[in-house]
Amino acid sequence: MKKKNLLQRVIITAVVTLVGLYIVIGPRRKPTLSDFTWSGIKATLQANIRLGLDLRGGSHLVMRVKTDEFLKKLTEGNALAAQTSAREAGYPPKDVKVEAGGGTYRIILEAADPSKLKEIEEAVKKKVELVDWISSTSGSTISWTLTPTAQRALAEQATDQAQRIIESRLDAVGVSEPLVQRHGAQTSHQILVQMPGIQDPERVKELLKGESRLELVHIVSPPSPAPSQTYATKEQAEQSLGGTVPTNRKVLPYAERTEPTTAGDPAPAADKPKQWVVVEWPPIIDGSELRNASAVQGRGGASDYQIAFSLKPSGAEKFGAWTGANVNQYMGVVLNDEVKSIAFIKSQIFDQGEISGRFTKQSADDLALTLRSGALPAPIEYMEERTVGPSLGNDSIRSGVRASVFGLLFVVVFMLFYYRGSGVNAVVALLLNMILMLAALIVFGATLTLPGIAGMILTIGMAVDSNVLIFERIREELLTGKTIASAVDQGFQRAIVTIIDTHITTIVSSMFLFVFGTGPLRGFAVTLVLGLVINLFSAVYVSRTIFMWQLTRKRRVETLSI
Amino acid sequence: MIQVFKSINIDWLGRRRLFIGISVALMLAGLGSAMFRQWKNPNGTQAFNLGVDFKGGTVVTTRFNQPTTAEAIRGVLARQRVTDATIQGVTDRPNTFLIKVPLEGTGEQSQEEVEQGRKRIRDALNTIGPEKEAYEILGTDAVGAVAGAQLRNKAIAVTLAALVGMLVFIAFRFEWTYGAAAVIAVFHDVLVTLGFFSIFQWEISLTVIAALLTLVGASVNDTIVVFDRIRENRRLHRRETLYKITNDSINQTLSRTVITQGLIILSVLALVIFGGDVLRGFSLALLIGTIVGTYSSIAVASPIMVWWEQRIEAANKAAALGAASVPNRPPRAGSSKVKAEALTARAEKHPRGAV
Repeated sequence: MKKKNLLQRVIITAVVTLVGLYIVIGPRRKPTLSDFTWSGIKATLQANIRLGLDLRGGSHLVMRVKTDEFLKKLTEGNALAAQTSAREAGYPPKDVKVEAGGGTYRIILEAADPSKLKEIEEAVKKKVELVDWISSTSGSTISWTLTPTAQRALAEQATDQAQRIIESRLDAVGVSEPLVQRHGAQTSHQILVQMPGIQDPERVKELLKGESRLELVHIVSPPSPAPSQTYATKEQAEQSLGGTVPTNRKVLPYAERTEPTTAGDPAPAADKPKQWVVVEWPPIIDGSELRNASAVQGRGGASDYQIAFSLKPSGAEKFGAWTGANVNQYMGVVLNDEVKSIAFIKSQIFDQGEISGRFTKQSADDLALTLRSGALPAPIEYMEERTVGPSLGNDSIRSGVRASVFGLLFVVVFMLFYYRGSGVNAVVALLLNMILMLAALIVFGATLTLPGIAGMILTIGMAVDSNVLIFERIREELLTGKTIASAVDQGFQRAIVTIIDTHITTIVSSMFLFVFGTGPLRGFAVTLVLGLVINLFSAVYVSRTIFMWQLTRKRRVETLSI
Repeated sequence: MIQVFKSINIDWLGRRRLFIGISVALMLAGLGSAMFRQWKNPNGTQAFNLGVDFKGGTVVTTRFNQPTTAEAIRGVLARQRVTDATIQGVTDRPNTFLIKVPLEGTGEQSQEEVEQGRKRIRDALNTIGPEKEAYEILGTDAVGAVAGAQLRNKAIAVTLAALVGMLVFIAFRFEWTYGAAAVIAVFHDVLVTLGFFSIFQWEISLTVIAALLTLVGASVNDTIVVFDRIRENRRLHRRETLYKITNDSINQTLSRTVITQGLIILSVLALVIFGGDVLRGFSLALLIGTIVGTYSSIAVASPIMVWWEQRIEAANKAAALGAASVPNRPPRAGSSKVKAEALTARAEKHPRGAV
């Protein structure tokens, strides 16, 4: 064995060890002396290693975007637009139907005059965006069907949009370091949200799910000074429309706001019973035209908050034109399908408005926030909700660390007892493996989870095994009467083949877990793969180096403590 | 030096009938338990006691500030119309209980149960006293039916894919018979372990899956050590029969097996004893898995591999006899593959299907 070769090995080992050690216990800034005290090291260790939610505590939510409802809404919107454009072109259709569900989204328009189908189709095409829809005619009907490709693309878009909105809402509510990412298969339209440190996800859950939709509508009512037309029951409201609600009208509940009798009245009179109003549909303005919304305190004191909003330039223009043309008409502010307030137009309004509804500060804040971040393209539902309190996480770390330390101590004592001097090699290799494994986790920014600790335990097991394999092999070679140097040499050479086979087999199978698995499977695979790759270095290269060094120190080696 | 074994010469393969018998009995016991429970549902049990991770439902881990009993908690919950809860004390934590509510409804209703699960239990507990004062929620797991099925299917699919990956890699490094034998042995370990979970109705949660994955890794590792030795010995001793080489290889690696697997089993035993209730499923799965995995490398993987190789040999030989018109070119003889060794009297005494 050449001296130069050994020197090179010792240098590589020393450098890797020191760098690894510094990555684990060194701070990510200019170190000071206090960083290397016991408590300093402990603090840096905590800062360096990213713990998973199961260890540090927090909330884990998996939600699904109901993309089918998004497509349904889209189909209904287009059906309404098709009907309007056909009517405007002078061919009012006899009937417009929507088929939505079961993977089929179709608009069926029945013409009053079958000979005018071509004209109707042309008219609709001009006004409505129907590129992704296949049109076909039969008899007196035209139907537009959404292609499966477009369905997938639109559902995908809706999920992405929902993800962005969720991100911005979490950001606005001040959740620190949230993780928002797609979950599961692409076609499952699921989103995973992880919020470290959040113990009670109730408010955030409501906030994320909140579908605050704001609409400004024209109330069907005689103009002011006559009072606005309201109905006591839904049936009465529908009766005023002749029993059936046409597509360009909607019947909405209206909870009339009672003015607090005195400013700051802590318990204002109960709401008047719910009433119903008929509104024109589609609305004058919808939430997409909103520029900003914020909670402002109203006249009614601490429990009286209002939401002030402003419109984007395009919305303001539309709104200004409409209010200018409809002075003295009644307008309603609709929030989530409920009319919050009704007012008549005194004069032209452009871009400012407010929603009053006796909100509390928190509900006004939350509503303003969901309005600002835009409406979710589709409703979401929660599929999984997990929370871990900090004490539970700490306990898991403690029992995980305790079990590992116990196991490790046990192994160390055994190796030193059974393999004597060579046992020291094994122990050094084992400790180095653990240090480098943590260093690798830090370098790759991987998160340490409970299954990750399971992966570490398996790695330690295989690291011990590597040493046992090598040592047993060296003993075997010694028993055949070889010299110590050649026994060590042969022992390593033979055992390496086995070690590489076992390691690569496990790495190959872990790769599947890493690529196709989610959450826990992945956490397990990450530490296992990192640990095994490192073990090839620590148990084979470093252990060998120590042997070489021991053998070259003495001129003639007659005994080997193994 | 201290040695576990001086020199040993055990005829492992000679006991293969016994080994296979034990394995089959263990697997049948597990299968029998699973089938019986699934059909008859004794005491409301099913094939496996699946946790909320796979079945859906809500578990709330709660610590009470006053000593209480499962009965008292059940009473409080029942008064708030949470009647289907199971209450389970955590023995290694004072006054801590797992409150489990299964999913009852389907569709929209079960969706509601998942979203409101934590709230329902908390609202009920609030009748004892305010949160943080009277009690504290340490953790929640609420899983919907769809998410549960998804987790279950994913765990199964990915584990099977990983096994196929192993099979291919071992086939590439050794022979495909070795790969198949190793994977069958691992499969056997997983089945036996699951069998124990069915018989004793231990709960299967996501951490148990992590334990199963760990044991798959450890078991294959153990099998490959033996196979590696067989491969090496076949190169060194071309004249020996596969039967003898396999026995020798197992004996030669036996001290390594005893040391490594013994260390692992003892460490896992410590985990079972000191790991606490939360990790109980995990540590039990690992303990059974490592014991069965050690056993299966010797008692399942090796006999299957030998039996398969011998069948291939026999088939080749039959083909060679059939092709008597070209007597000077025995099939595969002289090829670099060690497979084409001559069968010995011992192997011939056990023709195809003997194992």
